[in-house]
Amino acid sequence: MEHITKRFPGVLACDDISIHVGEGEVLALVGENGAGKTTLMNILMGLYQQDEGRILINGEEVRFRGPEDAFAAGLGMVHQQYMLVPNMTVTENVALGYQQAWKPLKLDLKMVRDRVIEISEHYGLQVNPDAYIWQLSVGEQQRVELVKTLCLGARFLILDEPTSALTPQETDELILLLKRMKDELSIIFISHKLNEVKALSNKVTILRHGKVVFNGETDDYSPQEIAALMTGHEVQLPENKEPDMHGAPALVLKDVCVRSDRGFLALDGLDLTVHEGEIVGLAGVSGNGQRELAEAINGLRSVERGTITFFGVNLANKNPYYVIDHGMGYIPEERNVEGIVPPFAIRENFILKDSDRERFSHLSFLKKKSIEENAKRLRDDFDIRCPGTSTSAGSLSGGNIQKVILAREITRAPKFLIAVYPTRGLDMGAIEFIHRELLKKRREGIGILLVSEELDEIINLSDRIAVIYKGKIQKVLPHAEANRRNLGILMAGVNEDE
Amino acid sequence: MDFVVNLLAMCVPFSVALLLASIGEMFNQRAGVFNLGCEGVMAMGAFIGMLVPFMIGKGGEVANYWNYLGILAAVMVGALLGLFFGLIVVTFRAPQGIAGIGLQMFGVGTAGTLFRHFVGGTQSVVGIPNSPVPLLSKIPVVGDIFFNHNLLVYFAFLFVPVAWYILFKTSWGLKVRAVGTYPRAADSMGINVNKTRYQALMLGGALAALSGAYLSLAQAKMFSQSLIAGRGFIAVALVYFGHWHPVQIMGGALLFSLAQTFQAAIQGLGINFPYEFAVMLPYVLVIVVLSFTSRNQTTSPSALGKPFNREIRT
Ligand SMILES: Nc1ncnc2c1ncn2[C@@H]1O[C@H](COP(=O)(O)OP(=O)(O)OP(=O)(O)O)[C@@H](O)[C@H]1O
Ligand SMILES: [Mg+2]
Repeated sequence: MEHITKRFPGVLACDDISIHVGEGEVLALVGENGAGKTTLMNILMGLYQQDEGRILINGEEVRFRGPEDAFAAGLGMVHQQYMLVPNMTVTENVALGYQQAWKPLKLDLKMVRDRVIEISEHYGLQVNPDAYIWQLSVGEQQRVELVKTLCLGARFLILDEPTSALTPQETDELILLLKRMKDELSIIFISHKLNEVKALSNKVTILRHGKVVFNGETDDYSPQEIAALMTGHEVQLPENKEPDMHGAPALVLKDVCVRSDRGFLALDGLDLTVHEGEIVGLAGVSGNGQRELAEAINGLRSVERGTITFFGVNLANKNPYYVIDHGMGYIPEERNVEGIVPPFAIRENFILKDSDRERFSHLSFLKKKSIEENAKRLRDDFDIRCPGTSTSAGSLSGGNIQKVILAREITRAPKFLIAVYPTRGLDMGAIEFIHRELLKKRREGIGILLVSEELDEIINLSDRIAVIYKGKIQKVLPHAEANRRNLGILMAGVNEDE
Repeated sequence: MDFVVNLLAMCVPFSVALLLASIGEMFNQRAGVFNLGCEGVMAMGAFIGMLVPFMIGKGGEVANYWNYLGILAAVMVGALLGLFFGLIVVTFRAPQGIAGIGLQMFGVGTAGTLFRHFVGGTQSVVGIPNSPVPLLSKIPVVGDIFFNHNLLVYFAFLFVPVAWYILFKTSWGLKVRAVGTYPRAADSMGINVNKTRYQALMLGGALAALSGAYLSLAQAKMFSQSLIAGRGFIAVALVYFGHWHPVQIMGGALLFSLAQTFQAAIQGLGINFPYEFAVMLPYVLVIVVLSFTSRNQTTSPSALGKPFNREIRT
């Protein structure tokens, strides 16, 4: 790709970018949130048309009118937001692009199914061809995406943050798999996790504000150096080394039982206490009840049994408004669905929970000026990359959407904060910033329940670490006793005491 | 017993117009386009369908193939109207609800005006005769209910499994479903979202017009401006009722028609009962059933009503 430039209304997403990838090479593309990585790859796939610049494959200039042309040239992409139709089976999703199976009067699903099985066996990627997408976990969907792309005959793979929603084990598996595949394929790999970049890539290109700021061989640089090049300053993730605040209990869960969407008990007699001025990390493989726990506390899921005491009031089976009104802050897992209203302006998303407070409205009339001021301040404080505060939140890059939610929840001055995977999809600089903010809140005496799969994040920030397994708290460890090894064992369901 | 057989034998042909139109609307909605203009397309179909044999025979007897030529013309006009609607809502991305109401008024109005110009007052046509199926129509009870109708009735019911096959077993059907549920994913797989929507709209328009022509040529055997009488809107409701599935839609069409024929019959019996309530019955039935069955997230085309633009996120 040479001299690619792409503008969106109010943003220059790609500014004269040139990259090149040789056969059998793995290029890592890194850069801050909103640097233009996804946009550049969408141009390569023919989904967007560049305003300037050209694309060359094997020395020949190509013009893709759409992804079908890119497929024909052997390109394939796993998108940041998965491109799977939820109410179709895996086979049907693959068939959407598998034109050999499109017979005039019949869709040859059997042929597609055989192909899926062939590919998944060849690469050791386990998928069930007959499962519906909505039945699959994020990790399984990730595998389906990969199988789908390979089924369509990709020789050149583009992976846009493939690991951001995977569990650590799944990530390791994927990295191993990609290492095996790189003998046969060329890969462009986008990730914010620099150890993955180190493990996998030969070359690394860093984008900032739509420009290439660095090109080099991966082996010559350490992850710290890459992070520094990416953000422009040394990145030092903060650690929680502060004294115990001896706060009063803020949130006390007793014997909580909650059912999941599929009807089984997702929380099965869970007990947990979080004090004021304390960060409790909830570690665990996702799908062990974290989601249901956060929803139950926030009034989004009914509680079968048990109590959720929050500063003396029981929150079980209350509505979300009641919970918010009592001072609960919540950073949800599904940012696009629960965290923002995508077509609303950024400034409107900032006041979703406070629109009827005197600060932003008077007698039900919104105060335009203070809303705008608030938006400008949060945008600058949290470094949200956007053309203006009236841009729709849905058009932002994935990491910037996450920052919108974080900015709103942290600055609402809640009495307590539940943060579910708060740094998913964020770049290193942003993670550093968010971690500092969370620690600042702790110092202000606010209790925080931090749900995460990143063990480093949990170990760095938490005063105490609770490990959840199959809807129960397996064990609670003080910060000093926790390390990656014993947490990993507990997360797998083994309790050393027994 | 005779009463029941009669009722059922009447209900089957009565449901055909609804069935064809709502299967057409189902294809539209499966592709993500909400077409409230169904009523207007039906009116145009009804008018064009009867115009051809009327012009030939001036209301008198004509050879049967002129009827079918009328139907062919109606179907083509319907497909064109679908294309036109596609231009408005797919290419120009107009809000679909408003555009649909516009199409409805355009169709009903144009059909009425042209009718007054070319035909004048209400005129009956000879229309399409019944073609009993040999042997089968002689079976007691069943024969009268299912096998003693005109060809369009057989066609409509045979089209239900065909529609099912198209939707679930062909590559085009797969594209239609993907485009209506998650157009961005379909697009990323190299499927032309807009083209697929255009195609679905043309098929839907053709079926709506066929349904209209059925009303004028086979059911009422005449055209008047109020011939369609809201059936286009009922057809839209039946699509929800039937959860976007052809067989369930057929069930809905039959149920609604049964209620219709039933209420007509009790009025005929002369029971002392305000007829307004009887007329309400089928509509109340639809509302009640809709409100109990509408929460099915897994089948509904979730991109319904949303224009697609590749370069605009979410
Ligand atoms: N379709 C669009 N319409 C308007 N603006 C867009 C669109 N797509 C991207 N942008 C803007 O272009 C910039 C680059 O976005 P892009 O998604 O490429 O970032 P990214 O590097 O992938 O970030 P992240 O790591 O957060 O995914 C952002 O400022 C974003 O707001
Ligand atoms: Mg991105």
